[in-house]
Amino acid sequence: MESVQIITSGSKLAEAVMAESGQNVNLCFQCGKCAAGCPLSYAMDYKPAQLIHAIRLGMDDLVFKSTTMWLCATCETCTTRCPQEVDVAKVMDAVKIIAVRQGVKPTIPQIAKFYRAVLANVKMCGRMYEMGMIVDYKMRTFEFFKDMKLGMKMFRKNKLKLVPSFTGAMRTWKIFNRVKKIEKRNLST
Amino acid sequence: MPTKYAYYPGCSLHSTGSEYDVSFRAVCKKVGIDIEEIKGWVCCGTSPAHCSSKLLSLALPYETLCLVEKMGLSDVVAPCASCFSRLRTAIYEANEDPELAKQISEALDRPLPQSMNVLSPLEIFYEKKGLADAVTKKLPGLKVACYYGCLLTRPSKIMQFDESEYPMAMDELFRSMGITTLDWSCKTDCCGGSLSMTRTDVVLKLTNAILEEAKAVGANAIAVACPLCHVNLDTRQEEIEQEYGVKYGLPIFYFTELMALAMGIPSDELGLKKHFVGTNELLSAICEA
Ligand code: SF4
Ligand code: SF4
Repeated sequence: MESVQIITSGSKLAEAVMAESGQNVNLCFQCGKCAAGCPLSYAMDYKPAQLIHAIRLGMDDLVFKSTTMWLCATCETCTTRCPQEVDVAKVMDAVKIIAVRQGVKPTIPQIAKFYRAVLANVKMCGRMYEMGMIVDYKMRTFEFFKDMKLGMKMFRKNKLKLVPSFTGAMRTWKIFNRVKKIEKRNLST
Repeated sequence: MPTKYAYYPGCSLHSTGSEYDVSFRAVCKKVGIDIEEIKGWVCCGTSPAHCSSKLLSLALPYETLCLVEKMGLSDVVAPCASCFSRLRTAIYEANEDPELAKQISEALDRPLPQSMNVLSPLEIFYEKKGLADAVTKKLPGLKVACYYGCLLTRPSKIMQFDESEYPMAMDELFRSMGITTLDWSCKTDCCGGSLSMTRTDVVLKLTNAILEEAKAVGANAIAVACPLCHVNLDTRQEEIEQEYGVKYGLPIFYFTELMALAMGIPSDELGLKKHFVGTNELLSAICEA
């Protein structure tokens, strides 16, 4: 029988990523395919392969201060190409989630604010109410004039609804709350 | 082929991508595919959900799948590539990890439906026999670059959709209907997706590369299967042109719009007026009765 060896590196952060996403970054052998194929590599301070390595080494500070995970567009190229079957996109999600949980300030605040605006909207409305989400996002970022012209044109072309539907709003509200409770319980055990 | 599909339009097809909804319905009607919109569907959570909470990102799609079960159906069609990906991912993850499935069920306060099957309309049309017979209008001058984007094919382990680096499903579908499609290298490149509002600079750069390549191989239209790709390529095209000092004027169609046109459905019934890049000029130049 083939013996299964779990590779570890003693990095607490790697273990946290494992617990959050089920992904073992220690399987990475630094081939660099994830970095080479990543469409956002050019804009990141650390390429995906470097971030993975930093997680392995337990360089929490470098990881949390990096822009990499926030710029990830979840295109899943890295995940699909990794010869070691590390789901790199999932690791990106996990690092963001862990950073937020530990109260680390997001390196690209507008992206974190965008996530919050979208989720607050889905929780309240059941379905995304774009107009409300955009206003909420602008209130959070103070970028009032950005994309104004575009938004007006979309509205004129009837691409944005004036009123939310609220279908399923009661249900999404409950789901969000139950998820929060379950996650809290998971963390305390 | 199932006799009826539960239709999950998702948020975009009810707003920014309503042309996709209209043209998808029109094609289904034309070729006799029975679809029924899921009553009470909720948002799939899309990227912000999986970037913030794994459990939430799986519970939201399952909430809608529970409604499908109530309809007595098990085949779901999700035209939005992001919804499609989130639904398939939820099913995959729940099947892989029974403990996680239990938590999803707890979050929804009900048992999870079993054996749900989520499909992209591309898969359904691709399998449908006799589509070519529905073609009544030749579109000889049309040269389409089929743009699949990220989420239809990736991650391949979960999506199980065509070939992940160089898919052909949309190309073959069009070719079977007599529409010319081109070989090009950006089929599955990323348009920047949901960074559209937050890091517009990134989206402009990535979409510019896609438009440039499509133009370079001689395409006069791009076909997409994702409302977010459509926003980034169509709605922002003028901005891209300004930023990079180029002129593309390249119409971006939902693939269902082109199918509908080939089936003789009048363009004014398809909401083409909602596009930012005009389609009239191209269509009047290529349409042959
Ligand atoms: S593709 Fe996989 S193995 Fe290669 S560097 Fe990236 S994570 Fe490591
Ligand atoms: S999923 Fe994220 S990290 Fe991976 S290739 Fe795409 S943008 Fe880069």
